[in-house]
Amino acid sequence: MSDGEVLLRGGRVIDETGERQVDVRVVDGVVAEIGTSLTPGAGATLLDAEGCVVAPGLVDLQVHFREPGREDSETIETGARAAALGGCTAVVCMPNTEPPLDDGAVVQSVLERARALGLCDVRPAGCITKGRRGEELAPMGELYDLGVRVFTDDGDCVADASVMRRAFEYTSALAGAVLAQHAEDPALVRGGHMHEGAWSARLGITGRPAEAESSIVARDLALARRTGGRYHVLHMSCAASAALVRAAKADGVRVTAECTPQHLVLTDEACGGFDPVFKMNPPLREQADVDALRAAVIDGTIDAIATDHAPHPPETKDVPFEDAPPGMLGVETALAVVLTTLVDTGVLTLTQVLAAMSWQPARVAGLDARGHGAPIMAGRPAHLCVIDPAHQWVVDGTRLASRSRNTPWEGWKLTGKVRHTLYAGTPVVRDYEATK
Amino acid sequence: MKHLLSVDDLGPRSGIEAMLDLTESFVEVTQRDIPKVPALRGKTVVSLFYEESTRTRLSFETAAKRLGSDTMTFTVGTSSVKKGESLLDTVQTIEAMGIDAIVVRHSSAGAPHRVASWTSAGVVNAGDGCHEHPTQALLDAFTLRRHRGPSLDGCRVAIVGDVKHSRVARSNIKAFDALGCELTLVGPPTLMPERLDGWPVRVAYDLDEVLPDIDVVYLLRIQHERIGEALFPSIREYARRWGLTVERAARLKPDTFVMHPGPMNRGVEIAGVVADSARSLVTEQVTNGVAVRMAVLWTLLGSGGPFV
Repeated sequence: MSDGEVLLRGGRVIDETGERQVDVRVVDGVVAEIGTSLTPGAGATLLDAEGCVVAPGLVDLQVHFREPGREDSETIETGARAAALGGCTAVVCMPNTEPPLDDGAVVQSVLERARALGLCDVRPAGCITKGRRGEELAPMGELYDLGVRVFTDDGDCVADASVMRRAFEYTSALAGAVLAQHAEDPALVRGGHMHEGAWSARLGITGRPAEAESSIVARDLALARRTGGRYHVLHMSCAASAALVRAAKADGVRVTAECTPQHLVLTDEACGGFDPVFKMNPPLREQADVDALRAAVIDGTIDAIATDHAPHPPETKDVPFEDAPPGMLGVETALAVVLTTLVDTGVLTLTQVLAAMSWQPARVAGLDARGHGAPIMAGRPAHLCVIDPAHQWVVDGTRLASRSRNTPWEGWKLTGKVRHTLYAGTPVVRDYEATK
Repeated sequence: MKHLLSVDDLGPRSGIEAMLDLTESFVEVTQRDIPKVPALRGKTVVSLFYEESTRTRLSFETAAKRLGSDTMTFTVGTSSVKKGESLLDTVQTIEAMGIDAIVVRHSSAGAPHRVASWTSAGVVNAGDGCHEHPTQALLDAFTLRRHRGPSLDGCRVAIVGDVKHSRVARSNIKAFDALGCELTLVGPPTLMPERLDGWPVRVAYDLDEVLPDIDVVYLLRIQHERIGEALFPSIREYARRWGLTVERAARLKPDTFVMHPGPMNRGVEIAGVVADSARSLVTEQVTNGVAVRMAVLWTLLGSGGPFV
């Protein structure tokens, strides 16, 4: 918790309760006062929010910070700094590290490292199965007791339906726990490197069909319905999955879903130049899928926009397309990309974006209990971001805070940038720069 | 043209025809007593082969030598790649020696495109994964034009076999279509590309229905590992339904030609007798490969003046 006072002056506050033109006074990590024309107390840090939007801090449900094991790609420190610059006050980091997060000691070490840094709330997701092998259940109860709420074998799909069923049953005893699936049937995507469609046929690259995702989603929804378990679809990428989730929600199944900015903006055509920066799993799909995902965000079928921030060092991407690992950076650019491509074009409102990037994902991961995504009012933890919607910038991978630079947005001119981020009252980003 | 990565790089029909016309001049060179011109003297051409392919590599190297250039060969089996060197490092190492063109064969689609983005040398795609093999398409078009030409307009070509995994098919479809051919793809549905949006082809599954009306049967090599991928049941069943057997060949029009990019599986996609018959252009395809590659290298590296 930061000591002292921070005053955010001149901004327009937008949260779940609506919007208003007010100043926000933060004292000792907590929102102390909301009002017009507040005057700073003695020794207060004054943050200019003129022309800016003051919102609850963003929550990214899916990032890969690679620590432990692949610190050449990213560390908790570089990842958390990138997240803070992107406006996040909380992220859920995926457990496909080396060793994987299937053990209390490893989870504890991630939590302690993040706490010492104080850049944002880095919440580890735990594995569903030991070693992410898809066979035996990981000690989910032990991880739950350490605060883990999201369980996933992300990077790999829990392919065995029986294992997934038992995981649903087991976690139904853990209030607030959710099973997050990387929905791609490994048999249907074997040998595949991009979306199976007109482009993969033209390029002669083996595809990963959309049905690999939708068939797993359909299966898991049936299991969730039967067991009453909570289910979350990670990086949902195709129209068929969106239709399944929409119907299941209407039917009362406890399901949530997320999609990434890249799946909302880019298509498989991006792979036409064989640049592996556009390779990810699930792959970039077709325009019809992009349109369906956008509609699903608008009607609430998709709860969250998450990045699947997946750093890879240059030597792993400076190779032929089929030889490169999947994944792209995202946590630092997500909000700006969404503002530029979806808000400025009238597809989504700013409030819809903040819902999908702050309070809705906070609820999916139980981070609302830690004050993330909360309405901005006196007494709440000061996890806030201040967005300058008019700030123009050009993405340059070498200037991002991430240790890697595999951004699919290289050279894009974006409008909108996070100006300040307050994590527990501390300005970890001030005037577009990280303070620590 | 800086690189030849895809048939697309040749431009529209006129670009392909210009390359075929240039090839005619190089055929004349290869028929001289001393089949050599000093057109690329002082230039260095490297063949960088990540997949073993003796015929394509020798064809390129013969072409380079007949143009008077120096050649270097870099094959995976004997190189630092075995010690874990990346493609990027290898390209930078080769480039540091001072070279003018790199001929790339790689098992990954688009590898030559990556190489082209890393080097100032000209890059020729000698086959990349299941993507393209543009010089094969040129030599096939050249061979066919010599027999059916000067125009290939309306020439009915059936491409038979594993189109899905065939770089030859992807390049040949582009080149044959640009030259006015009418294309039919024939084979089991599992060996057809999943999507054919925008491809100038029709698809048929019954070879016997297609054969009587066709001017050229172009057979693709069938690979045994496709059985393990559950794409067709057995070699025997494939040969029965889609192989160009002696019986099927007998039902072809008398002037129908048979082509194959090699290496052939005799008795599988093509009967040995058919491969050796008068209607087969297989050997001539190989012969013309050298002249075509001379034309390509000359286009990439030549002065633009006369080469003789």
